Amino acid sequence: MPLEARNVFFRYHRKSPWVLENRSLTVGRGERLALLAPSGYGKTTLALLLAGYLQPARGEILWDGKPLPAKGVCPVQLIWQHPEKAVNPRWRLRKVLEESGRLTEDRLASFGIERAWLDRFPRELSGGELQRFCVARALLSGAEYLICDEISAMLDAITQAQLWNVVLEEAEKREMGLLVVTHNRRLAERIASRVVDLSEEPAQ
Amino acid sequence: MTQEKEALLEIRDLSVSFRRYGRGLGQTELNVISDLHLTVFPGEVVAIAGSSGSGKSLLAAAVLGILPGNAAVRGHMRYRGRELSAERQRELRGTEIALVPQSVAFLDPLMKVGRQADGHRKPYPTGKRRALFRRLGLPEETERLYPFQLSGGMARRVLVSTALLAGAALIIADEPTPGMSLEQALEALSMFREMANEGKSVLLITHDIDLALAFADRVAVFYAGTTVETAPAADFRRGPEALRHPYSRALWRALPQNGFQPAGGFQPYAGNLPKGCPFAPRCPLRTAECEEKMPPVTRVRGGEVRCRHAT
Repeated sequence: MPLEARNVFFRYHRKSPWVLENRSLTVGRGERLALLAPSGYGKTTLALLLAGYLQPARGEILWDGKPLPAKGVCPVQLIWQHPEKAVNPRWRLRKVLEESGRLTEDRLASFGIERAWLDRFPRELSGGELQRFCVARALLSGAEYLICDEISAMLDAITQAQLWNVVLEEAEKREMGLLVVTHNRRLAERIASRVVDLSEEPAQ
Repeated sequence: MTQEKEALLEIRDLSVSFRRYGRGLGQTELNVISDLHLTVFPGEVVAIAGSSGSGKSLLAAAVLGILPGNAAVRGHMRYRGRELSAERQRELRGTEIALVPQSVAFLDPLMKVGRQADGHRKPYPTGKRRALFRRLGLPEETERLYPFQLSGGMARRVLVSTALLAGAALIIADEPTPGMSLEQALEALSMFREMANEGKSVLLITHDIDLALAFADRVAVFYAGTTVETAPAADFRRGPEALRHPYSRALWRALPQNGFQPAGGFQPYAGNLPKGCPFAPRCPLRTAECEEKMPPVTRVRGGEVRCRHAT
């Protein structure tokens, strides 16, 4: 069941230039695709379109040949660049996680989350720790595709490697598709099975 | 390296703590930086690398004297050989010492960025600023835009240009490159490098170790609020055998191109630091003594390290 952007056009305002112009991209299940490009090439916009947060002006986003479901849990989950902006600051982290599924002890361990963190508020955790919750939340929902938009750009090398090991292990176990947006070529080469550079690949 | 020259900035035994209210009116002290040593010589780019939450940005604020009111600073900071008092910090910041802030929220949202970069200098350094914008790859019309109209990478480049315009002897750049493309980041950092080659100094706070290594003379590695190692950048390029502290080696091994092997465990929280060496709970070399007492700073092979087992 591939996830596909087909001839997608998008702009943020009727009068502004196209951010994405006739762009197509396919990610298969079990595939790890890295998306590289300088800023301004619409990496994040494409991520938002694929996760259903934005609708294309023209073209289609297809999951298994059909549009993304309008109701229920989206099978494509986006992990945002800034975790502190992606969780409710007034919820304890237990509630943040329980929103997307039941918690079990062994799963927490596999996400690299310590039990004591569940009773804290988001501002009481560091960026790397909070990002783990965002990863866990996306995985608990049973998503088939994860879109990771610069999820480790603000982390130090050790925390980055810890986070990616969790994501890669889970993705492999469940044969998920991954779309990894990054500017770090070395990271892309390390984790991806295929690398696409938007700046090298002109729109059709 | 210019060890014989007089240091531009010398920091010794610096500690920063925050007063916090606990239950009721009870107050607790939260130590965020402890016993930190760092020296910056003229003509040098010193990179500060290390985990997030290790106090890197607070160090920048401490040097500039812009910590929040509930912070207490102890220890010595000297600038050009003289104690850096609060009054002197006020005098120097913005002219002698310039900051590239970490957050793009430091830009005034109600002011066009061209005018903002010019600052309070009279006459406005418009020509010089336009040349800087051009070099940083900001299009001509950027100066007439408001911060919300800029992409993250553009806003960062505006911040970098404000610091370069100051003509300061010391630039403290706090994570100046996220959001920039590789070419833009390289251009921004090579401008810092040129400054250093002219005898000025740059303190480059970053966790992009690859980039830092390409431009820095020395690298200071931070962990849990202190410097665990200060090493020539060349040692990082050579690999873990050339490094001194187990945390620096773990950092090296975790890079995507060097194995991507994360060390287990987490950095301890400020306020919950172990009694001895902060890295001891995760360290493969720890002994009973490490857990008891903070190791002193020693010189090993031309670098400084805070580890009893450093070789």
